[in-house]
Amino acid sequence: MSLDLPAGRAGGHRRRRGAVRVRRSFLSRLDIHAAPYLFVSPYFVLFALFGLFPLVFTAWVSLHDWQLAGDKDWVGLANYGELLADEKFWNATYNTVGIFFLATVPQLLLALLLANALNKRLRFRLALRLSVLAPIVTSVVAVGVIFSQLYARDYGLINWVLGLFGMDDPIHWQNAKWSSWIAISTMVDWRWTGYNAIIYLAAMQTISRDIYEAAALDGASSRRQFWQITVPLLKPTIIFTVIVSTIGGFTLYAEPVIFGGGSVSGGTTGQFQTVAMFIVKEAFRDFEYGYAAAAAWVLFLLILIAALINYAITRGLGRSSR
Amino acid sequence: MSKSTHRGTLLAAASMATFLTVTACGSSEAPSTNAQSGTSQGASAPAEPVTITLQTFGGGKNFGYSEAVKEWNAKNPNIQIKYDNVAENFENDYLPQVLQWLEAGSGAGDIIGIDEMAMGLMAARPQYFADLAQYGLDSRKSEFPEWKWNTGVNADGKLFALGTDVGGLAMCYRKDLFEKAGLPTDREEVGKLWPDWASFIKTGQQFKAKLPKVGFIDGPVTVFNAILTQEAGKNGGLSYFDKENKLVVDTNPAVKSAFDTVQQISEGGLSAKLEAWSDPWNAAQKTGGFAAMACPSWMRGVISGNSGEENSGKWDVATIPGGSGNWGGSWLAVPSQSKHPKEAAEVLSYLTSKEGQLFAYKEAGGTPSTLAGQQDPAVADSVDKYFSDAPAGKIFAASTQSIAPIFFGEKHSQVRAAVEKVINGADQGAIKWGEAWAKFVAEGQMAGN
Repeated sequence: MSLDLPAGRAGGHRRRRGAVRVRRSFLSRLDIHAAPYLFVSPYFVLFALFGLFPLVFTAWVSLHDWQLAGDKDWVGLANYGELLADEKFWNATYNTVGIFFLATVPQLLLALLLANALNKRLRFRLALRLSVLAPIVTSVVAVGVIFSQLYARDYGLINWVLGLFGMDDPIHWQNAKWSSWIAISTMVDWRWTGYNAIIYLAAMQTISRDIYEAAALDGASSRRQFWQITVPLLKPTIIFTVIVSTIGGFTLYAEPVIFGGGSVSGGTTGQFQTVAMFIVKEAFRDFEYGYAAAAAWVLFLLILIAALINYAITRGLGRSSR
Repeated sequence: MSKSTHRGTLLAAASMATFLTVTACGSSEAPSTNAQSGTSQGASAPAEPVTITLQTFGGGKNFGYSEAVKEWNAKNPNIQIKYDNVAENFENDYLPQVLQWLEAGSGAGDIIGIDEMAMGLMAARPQYFADLAQYGLDSRKSEFPEWKWNTGVNADGKLFALGTDVGGLAMCYRKDLFEKAGLPTDREEVGKLWPDWASFIKTGQQFKAKLPKVGFIDGPVTVFNAILTQEAGKNGGLSYFDKENKLVVDTNPAVKSAFDTVQQISEGGLSAKLEAWSDPWNAAQKTGGFAAMACPSWMRGVISGNSGEENSGKWDVATIPGGSGNWGGSWLAVPSQSKHPKEAAEVLSYLTSKEGQLFAYKEAGGTPSTLAGQQDPAVADSVDKYFSDAPAGKIFAASTQSIAPIFFGEKHSQVRAAVEKVINGADQGAIKWGEAWAKFVAEGQMAGN
């Protein structure tokens, strides 16, 4: 803090109050040095309580054969060994990654194009921008229920429409991997595309018009402007959305659970069981807490790895086109 | 089970498939005589008034204890019951919650309801439950069928739970669909169509020939469970585990026999390929998507709740192929964390008495497990209005008279969930029937070991 005060006045002030200075200095030092930490502490206290403790405790549990309301025996890393050999876990991982790609790639591309369109001069621009954001305020459960009805085998709207085009055998969407993945991906996309589009739009508006004008003067088409100016300058934002989508995609739970009629098994043969569902099934249906805790930690590592890979890929965006 | 609670709540429909709201789901039952008003069980009055929390599960009217509780509370100012239905869904919500409370040492009620499928699990955890014999409840042994009593005895040989209701099996069917298919609709004659499962399949084929687009039965799982309970009775009461808690999925002839019959039904195209407890299953009951369903006593509440008032009188109840069987039913236990185990045991004794069970039958339709309760005219002479005035009491009581005991292993519910998935998968085509038995055994072993 440097206030531009006349030196003499400040000095006199200090001299007059010299007597109380010693006693005050400890408190004021505490005020200056400790107060900021105190002010930010609520977040860290809450994080320690609800973030760090569960993380550490889960790690501790994962080293036991920990039955809910049952025996708890130390088994070391045995849960992890068993997990890595468990084909159901890998099936869940495969489903999670598959649904992630099927949902996220079109979602982010669509969001980018949508944001670009909304960034243009349009009639009813505000109304359009708001409507894009609308799905985010609907509850996941409502989305899941409505989409599950759309995709219902017997009375579903989508099978009815397909029937109009001559498809006689109704598709049982839950029955195969491909069909269930598509159904779940559309739920995810419906809800999150607008959210990402708004984030892109906000970032696009920070890009200076001058750059576009200069490019236009040089004869760059709007398409070229999009890919060579907008996208490279959006890179930090794209990295952010990719990482957030990765975390969301890898912890996907509510949509597939509702799609499966409330079961965490994800279809009769685990066609759409995600890792999050696998964890809940182990912990709260089979009561194997230790095993579920190990799976939760492996999921954490998987997300970390996937986020790093995605970060590396998106960081290279626009570089190749140089 | 009231219409609004069952169908209205999107959330409930969503987060759970009402998986086994096993006991007492209400039906519009009209017993011909009134249950006699209760007498308290000689509650010795403690100095301070005590509140006993009673935790149950189930949709609609769940255990049907509102009237019984009102009666008790009026007569026992010193012991007040707080009746709390924790969750609609047993397997997905209630059981995990209760286990966490037991482990944490607090949160569980003074009395908790337990469905049959978790009795093995609870019996293997004697440390969490009070010994009811300590409070004199072992004197009630003669009132119950032996198997119902024995299931309430845990791994330490202590009495920890007393029975509330029993399943009793019949076949619920849609009269309107039977008529369209040119089959008889009178319940006596319908019962005569299928003395055994082979003739049941034959009837199904006749039905299918007339109405190829309608399922004869809902799906494979309800029939599978019905046959399994019947066959288990013939095989020493074993289903997935033997009495040493060893998994016998692959060797128990009862399991294989139930599986084979279901395979025949499914391959014959008689199934509507619906997963029990799913939303499409609920909807098909209303729209007439299938014609018949294996029907434990409490299932009537599920059907009437799902089908709605507009279908009242379209359903009826006939005897089940094979004559009898037992699917479902619950118990009450006192967790050892209860601060008032003595008073809780008194209340538990009242609720499981003939008197308490008659209150519950009147309210929610679960057949009493006490022998005296089953023979009481309030049960035996009752008719079910919704099911075309079927003499429900007579039908279900007859089926419970010859009930065979069934033993539940510790991991019964997990194994059951795993193998039912395979049966549904095979029925819907995700698994070939030719490979289904091997998969059935493998999944069962994975879940049970």
